[in-house]
Amino acid sequence: MAVTRVFGASVKRREDPRLVTGRSTYTDDLQLPGMLHAQFVRSPHAHARILGIDVGAARRHPGVVAVLTGRDLQGVLQPIPTAWLIPNADLKTPPHPPLAVDTVRYVGDAVAVVVAEDRYRASDAAALVRVDYQVLPAVVDQEKAVQPGAPQLHPEAPQNVAFRWSVRGGDPDQAFAEARREGVVLAQRFVNQRLIPNAMETRSVVARYNPGSGELVVWYTTQNPHIARFLMSVVTGLPEHKIRIIAPEVGGGFGSKIPFYPEEAVIAHCSRVAGRPVKWTEDRRENYLATIHGRDHITDLEVAARRDGTLLAIRGRTWANMGAYLSTAAPGIPTILHGLMLTGCYTIPHIAYEVTGVFTNTTPVDAYRGAGRPEATYLIERAVDLVASALSMDPADIRRKNFVPADRFPYQTAEGLTYDSGNYAATLDRALELAEYHKLREVQKRGPRDGKYLGIGLSTYVEICGLGPSSVAGAVGFQGGLWESATVRLHPTGKATVFTGTSPHGQGEETTFAQIVAEELGLPLDDIEVVHGDTGAISMGWGTYGSRTTVVGGAAIALAARRVREKAAKIAAHLLEAAEADIVFDRGRFHVRGSPERAKTLQEVTLQAYLAWNLPAGVEPSLEASAFYDPSNFTFPFGAHVAVVEVNADTGEVELQRYVAVDDCGRVINPLIVDGQVHGGLVQGIAQAMWEGAVYSPEGQLLTGSMAEYAVPRARMFPRFVTARTETPSPHNPLGVKGVGETGTIASTPAVVNAVVDALRPFGITHLDMPLTPERVWTAIHGKTRR
Amino acid sequence: MKRPIHVTVNGVSYTHEVEPRLLLVHYIREVLGLTGTHIGCDTTSCGACTVLLNGKAVKSCTVLAVQADGAAIQTVEGLARDGQLHPIQEGFWEEHGLQCGFCTPGMMMTALDLLQRIPNPTEEQIRWGIEGNLCRCTGYQHIVNAIQYAARKMRGENPRSSTR
Repeated sequence: MAVTRVFGASVKRREDPRLVTGRSTYTDDLQLPGMLHAQFVRSPHAHARILGIDVGAARRHPGVVAVLTGRDLQGVLQPIPTAWLIPNADLKTPPHPPLAVDTVRYVGDAVAVVVAEDRYRASDAAALVRVDYQVLPAVVDQEKAVQPGAPQLHPEAPQNVAFRWSVRGGDPDQAFAEARREGVVLAQRFVNQRLIPNAMETRSVVARYNPGSGELVVWYTTQNPHIARFLMSVVTGLPEHKIRIIAPEVGGGFGSKIPFYPEEAVIAHCSRVAGRPVKWTEDRRENYLATIHGRDHITDLEVAARRDGTLLAIRGRTWANMGAYLSTAAPGIPTILHGLMLTGCYTIPHIAYEVTGVFTNTTPVDAYRGAGRPEATYLIERAVDLVASALSMDPADIRRKNFVPADRFPYQTAEGLTYDSGNYAATLDRALELAEYHKLREVQKRGPRDGKYLGIGLSTYVEICGLGPSSVAGAVGFQGGLWESATVRLHPTGKATVFTGTSPHGQGEETTFAQIVAEELGLPLDDIEVVHGDTGAISMGWGTYGSRTTVVGGAAIALAARRVREKAAKIAAHLLEAAEADIVFDRGRFHVRGSPERAKTLQEVTLQAYLAWNLPAGVEPSLEASAFYDPSNFTFPFGAHVAVVEVNADTGEVELQRYVAVDDCGRVINPLIVDGQVHGGLVQGIAQAMWEGAVYSPEGQLLTGSMAEYAVPRARMFPRFVTARTETPSPHNPLGVKGVGETGTIASTPAVVNAVVDALRPFGITHLDMPLTPERVWTAIHGKTRR
Repeated sequence: MKRPIHVTVNGVSYTHEVEPRLLLVHYIREVLGLTGTHIGCDTTSCGACTVLLNGKAVKSCTVLAVQADGAAIQTVEGLARDGQLHPIQEGFWEEHGLQCGFCTPGMMMTALDLLQRIPNPTEEQIRWGIEGNLCRCTGYQHIVNAIQYAARKMRGENPRSSTR
């Protein structure tokens, strides 16, 4: 049997035929018999007291089955929980009612739900719900929200402070004192603007409660169905074994489909009330208001260095805007996933950093692609450039000087993490070579051409992936485990079904996971099916986020496949009348060592395992195995990116001319899919640097409330990306993989900003906040030159 | 008051009574049950709902079903013929032109319109040609490759690119 090696090959995705023919099923595609449609009534005010709600006209509207308000749900549904309770941070988790009861706290806060025979009638009736509001003063800026006299959102959180978290390592005060005497200390304020995830598919829920069986089935757009089942049980009071959550085809998430949202519980309840299936599909305007946002940090950062460019310490304080409520994972994002990554890929021994989480009258903020690490990488990569600029060093040289050297892994950082493996200089060298860095610097020295200034920006990053060891999850307050489950089941005909607790939604793991099993068992790819996203089929799992799916879920699958192989080897030995120790497994075939003709294929052994006519003593029938893999550490992918821009000083326009990404995500299972992940990440990160940003009016109206106003980037805005890789396997992962879902987003934002600031050096500009719109760039240039 | 409409969708004739306010995309998805056409926004920005109306790409979220009366419509379900993928579908599969797949049907219908007008587009023409369609997953580069693949195949050339 000729089996080509599939691990490491650019195999075409098996997901695609159903997707390119329009034959896949996303949640909103479902039509169930008797299904009703729901529409939410949302607050137009950022902060208001609800004096009364008149649902009479809505209830009388033809086709309306039910209208529910927050009061109707009191005592019926529990508040929406926060599930990342960071310790030692004086965390406040004010109750988040599924529908607002007395007070609305952001524009889009849901106050009522209408259930009707179809979506047009539900929408008509929702417009008839009259809510009497007493408008209250609102605050949208996290720094203003902590000032005395600012509007208060929650009585449980004085001064709107949700938490105060800090990390300290080494002796930063001493290091800053030293740098003040004989080195440099630089201070800079950084704004990491709020972003809106914009998965192309908005959220959607179809709930079917069966009053006869007491079973609730919910199809919905989630990245983590088992977490959703647990939280659905907590909020609705229905027992977990009576709830089945199915994530059908999910149209992207980028973190925005991790949280458990109020709407999901409310729609489940509506189905219970109506005794019929109920569907709700968010429209895009609702998605802008009611689905989580990301980022939104204001940071004051100081960096200390010796005159030779040796980085000594960083010290800083961040105000993280959390929005009106703490979403599911929100407290962990600007703290654990951010503050612990601040020293980046450098040997910086001293750190002191504080993060204050702040409630404001805005949409809740939670994990958005990268989730905390893009913010950290932005800070350190900008800070390194500031030091290089102040010391007139080449940005490449200062990085190389401060990299954790390749021979110091595993490396313990000042924040207390242990980086698993790395060769940072190798990625930088490769990136500089591909970008023709030295040639570009020569061109730059010749000065501007036709008013256009060349800028070259570097970003060398390390990030934390493969979340993660469950004991660490517990220690940092994550209210769950972070191991992953897998079952590999061979059927009597030798075909395989693989069950994973992860829940991919575009990342292609139906293909990469099949490649893992094909590699481990020597099966043809087409004989392997991968099942995910259904709590009724999969025992347990923690879902897809944090670049953990292949790292943790893939490892679990490899271990389960190896267990299948071990059991099959026992049966093969018995059938071949040989000692188990003499059995050799080679590409789907067991043979006796030294006698390749005395062999049984895995398919033959599998059939015998099911027939069970002649099994060795102590071996049970059937052939399947499960594994529950809990990683011993996180993984730490890294890389070096180079952005090349040209800034038109007359118009302020920035043209991204060239982009080189050299990433190291450990061993690569499918290079084509890895490239796709990198490209997608790059676009999101570059877009933050150049175009994207959520803008609120001071009264709390979201001014960028649709795709017509918020700058989701388009194909014409980018050059062709150049990607390359080095491969430094993770030493502790069974597959050597590290994760690649977020690297592009993490690395690219500072690369582009560094490039633009580099271009603007002739104007004396050392920093500009994002997004780098023509207006902002032009104002910076001309504001300076006029003086 | 409902109004009668007659449309031909993917070669099949339909007659329905519809509310005058019914969006064409809701007609396609919910009345005809052709759910390959998706809805990504409310502002004609994203292009997920793109179909061909009398041979031209339109965003079906901004067309009323009654406006399509008498028209011939092609949706993603009408691309493959006799079990054979259309070159555009093949290109998206071969070149990893999709990830979550949600924008893909609209993106492919736009690509079809583009290649009907410009059989041999430059990369820049492709990037401008699909600017009415948003994709949040792929970073567009593999979509460009997919459309280039389809263009070569539709011109009768070897579709495989030299870059991969």
